[in-house]
Amino acid sequence: MSALGVVGGIAQPVLIVAGSPLLVGVMRQVRARLEGRAGAGVRQPWRDLRKLLRKETITPRGTSEVFRIAPLLLVATSLVVAVVVPFVTTDSAIDPVADLFAVVALLALGAVALALAGLDTGTAFGGMGASREMTILALVEPTLLVAIFALSVRVGSTNLGAIVSSTLHDPARVLSPASLLAAVALIVVIVAETGRLPVDNPSTHLELTMVHEAMVLEYAGPDLALIELASAMRLSVFLGLLANLFLPWGIATAATPAALVVGVLALVVKVGLLGVVLAAGEVFLAKLRLFRVPELLAGSFLLALLAVAASYFLA
Amino acid sequence: MITTITAGELPEHATSLLEKGFRLALAAGHDDAGPDAGGLRAVYLFIAAAPDRRVELHVPLDRDHPEVPSLARLSFPAGRFEREMRDLFGIVPTDHPLPQRLVRHFHWPQGWYPMLAAAGEPPQFGDVDGPYPFRTVEGPGVYEIPVGPVHAGMIGPGHFRFSVVGETILNLKARLWFVHRGLEKLFQGRRPEAAIELAERVSGDTTVGHTLAFCLAVEDAHQVTVPPAAQRIRAILLELERLYNHITDIGALCNDVAYGVLNAQAQRVREQLLRINDRVTGHRLLRGAIHPGGARVAALPGPAELAAIGTDVGELVGLALSNTVVTDRFTGTAVLTAAQATDLGTVGVVARASGLTIDARHDHPFMSAQFPRPEHTRTDGDVLSRFLVRAEEMATSIAMITSLADMVGDRLTATAPITSGGGRSGVGIVEGWRGMITHRIETAPDGTLTRVKIVDPSFFNWPALPVALADTIVPDFPLTNKSFNLSYAGNDL
Repeated sequence: MSALGVVGGIAQPVLIVAGSPLLVGVMRQVRARLEGRAGAGVRQPWRDLRKLLRKETITPRGTSEVFRIAPLLLVATSLVVAVVVPFVTTDSAIDPVADLFAVVALLALGAVALALAGLDTGTAFGGMGASREMTILALVEPTLLVAIFALSVRVGSTNLGAIVSSTLHDPARVLSPASLLAAVALIVVIVAETGRLPVDNPSTHLELTMVHEAMVLEYAGPDLALIELASAMRLSVFLGLLANLFLPWGIATAATPAALVVGVLALVVKVGLLGVVLAAGEVFLAKLRLFRVPELLAGSFLLALLAVAASYFLA
Repeated sequence: MITTITAGELPEHATSLLEKGFRLALAAGHDDAGPDAGGLRAVYLFIAAAPDRRVELHVPLDRDHPEVPSLARLSFPAGRFEREMRDLFGIVPTDHPLPQRLVRHFHWPQGWYPMLAAAGEPPQFGDVDGPYPFRTVEGPGVYEIPVGPVHAGMIGPGHFRFSVVGETILNLKARLWFVHRGLEKLFQGRRPEAAIELAERVSGDTTVGHTLAFCLAVEDAHQVTVPPAAQRIRAILLELERLYNHITDIGALCNDVAYGVLNAQAQRVREQLLRINDRVTGHRLLRGAIHPGGARVAALPGPAELAAIGTDVGELVGLALSNTVVTDRFTGTAVLTAAQATDLGTVGVVARASGLTIDARHDHPFMSAQFPRPEHTRTDGDVLSRFLVRAEEMATSIAMITSLADMVGDRLTATAPITSGGGRSGVGIVEGWRGMITHRIETAPDGTLTRVKIVDPSFFNWPALPVALADTIVPDFPLTNKSFNLSYAGNDL
C-alpha cells in the first residue's frame, strides 16, 4: 500500500460523497435552463438530502431485513468503489480490489440488493421495478465487463490502476479502434445503469413507467436519503470511470500536494463536463418504449465485443 | 319532441330510433314527488345529426316497483346510464347483462338512493355493503397491479386494476366514482341565474362547455332566442377553452415520453392563452362570461396574437413529430378501432381520432354561423391520431376565433331577457373540448330548477380506455391515459 494510494483512498470518497449531489444538481440545472425553466438551483439535491435525513425512519409493514439493509449495502458498495477505483490517484488504497471484475461485481451487488428490497416490499410496483431493473442489469453487466476487458487486453492486467497508468504512458491508444468502440459501448451502458434517458426518466412521477423509482417507491426518510445519495454516487463513479479510462490526464501519479490538487481538479472538471454533456443530450431525447431498451443494450454489447476483437486483431 | 310511453313500449321505441341513426345522449331518473305526489320517471334523450333532431322518451314508473326493461343490449351507453339510474334512484333495469354497481361504492348504505326527493341527509357511512369484486384473470404468470385511487401526480382519484403477463396488459378495470359530490342535486331549487356558479364548476377545465350547455338548456326551456352576437361571443369562448386545454395535452403527451423541453414550451403557450382568457373575461379559466340569455366579455383576442400562437403550436408539434423516439412511442400505441369507438358510443377527440365524424358544433349547432368540418390527417385511433387531432383542432379553433371576432366587432355584451314562465324542460348540447356535453333541465312553474342532468363526454369515453389498452404494455398506460385525458369530476357528479 503506497502513500499515494492511501491519500487517494481518503480524498476520493470524500470528494465523491460531497460532490455527487452537486453533480446531480448541476445536471438538473443545465436541463432546466436548456428547457427554458428557472431550475431549483445546484444545491437542491443536498437540501433534499438534509430534509430526508431529518425525518423519522418508516418501514412498510411486512418487510424484512432485506429492505432495511439494501440502502446501507448500496451506499457501502458505492463507497468501496469510490475508494479503490483510480479517480484522483493512479495507485489504489486496496490494490487487489481495484480490479475490473471486483468493481463491476460491487456495483452489481448494490443494484441486486435494491432489486431484492423492491421485491421484499411485496407491492406490485416494487416487483415491477425489480423485474425491469434485472432485465436491464442482465444486459448491462456483460457489456460493462467486456468493454473494460477490451481495454485490459493490451495492458495484460484487469487492474484498473494498471489500465489507467498504461493509457497515461501511451496516449495514442485512446484513439485506437478498440478504445473508441469500448468508449461508445460504455457510454450506452452507463446511461442505462444510472437510469438516465432514453432508458429511464429520472424525473417522472408516473408510477407505471418507472424503473429505478418504482423499486424505491416504498422508501422514506433517511433510508430514501441513503438511496438518493448512493444513486448520485453511482452516477459520479460511472462518469469518473469513463473519464479516467479514456482521458486519464491530470490524475495524480505522485503523492505531492500539487499533484493531488491537480488530480482533484481534473476529476471535478472531467466528471462535471461529462455530466453537463449528458444532461444537455437528455434535453433532445425522449424515453424509449420499454421493449426497445434491450435492442439498444444488445447493440452496445455488440460494440463491446467488437472492441475486444479489435484489441486482439488490430493491436 | 317528447313522447310519454309505458315501460313495456320502451325497447320497441328505442330500437326504432337507434335504427334511424339516433344515438342515446342521456338517460336519467326523475323523482316527481311534489304536491300532486307523482311517481318516478325515466327520461331517455335520443339525438341525431343532419338535420339536428332530438327525441325524448318519458317513462313514468311506479314508486314501489320502479323497473324499466334494459336497453343495454341495444346501446352500450344505455347500459351504463341504467346502472347510474339504479344507483342514484333505485330504478331497476330488468335483464341487465352487467348489473354491477357503478356510481355507488361499497361503503354506501344499502337501499339509500341519494337522488330521491325523500333521501334526506346521507346516513352514516360505515359498514361495507357486500363484496365489490374485480374480474380476476388467471393463468401462468398473470399478476395484478393495483394503482390508485391516490396517485403520485396531481390527478383525480381513480383506481386501475391491471391484469398483466410480463408487461402486457390482459385486462384493465378502471373504478371511478370516488368523489361523488351530489352536484345534480345542488342545482335543484335554485333559479337558473343562481345555478351558473355550479355549472361553471362541474369540471374545472370545462367551464365554458358546461356553462354554455346549461344556458342553452335554460333558453330552450324558456324558448328564448339569443342574439347572434351573443352566440358568436359564446363560440369564441368555447374555442378559447379548447385552445388552452389542447395545448396542455399536447405538452403533457410529450412529457409522458420524457420529452420535457416541449412540455416546458407548451406550458409557455398555455400561459399566454390563459392571460388572453383573463383579458377577455376577467378570469383565467373563462368564468363569469356566459349567463342565461347572453354573454359578456371585456375584450376580444387579437388576430395577430392568435396567429403567433398558431405558429408556435405548429412548430412544437413539428418538433415533437420530428423526434423519431416520440413518433415511435405514439404510433400504433393503444389503438381504438372505428368499430370499437362506434360501439362504445365515444364522443369528441377520442371518437374523431378513430375516424368518426361526430362533432356537436356541426351536428347540433347553437349558432347560425357555420364553419367547415375539419378534415383530420390521421384517424387510426392510436395515440398519434389523438395527438394530431388535437393539433389540427387548434388550427381550426384559431381560424374560427379570428373570423368570429371579426363578425362580433365591438359589441361585447349581448343579452336577451329570460321571460319568466316555467314548468318546461330544455336540452343544451355543446361540443366542449373533450367532446359532446349534454345538459337537460326541468323547471317548476315559478322558474326554479327541479332537475338538472349533466352528461360529460368522459362518461361515454371512459369505457374506451380499457378497450384501447388491451395488449398494450404497462409502461405505455400513462401515455394512453393522457391521450384520452378524461375528466374524473365531470364523470362523477
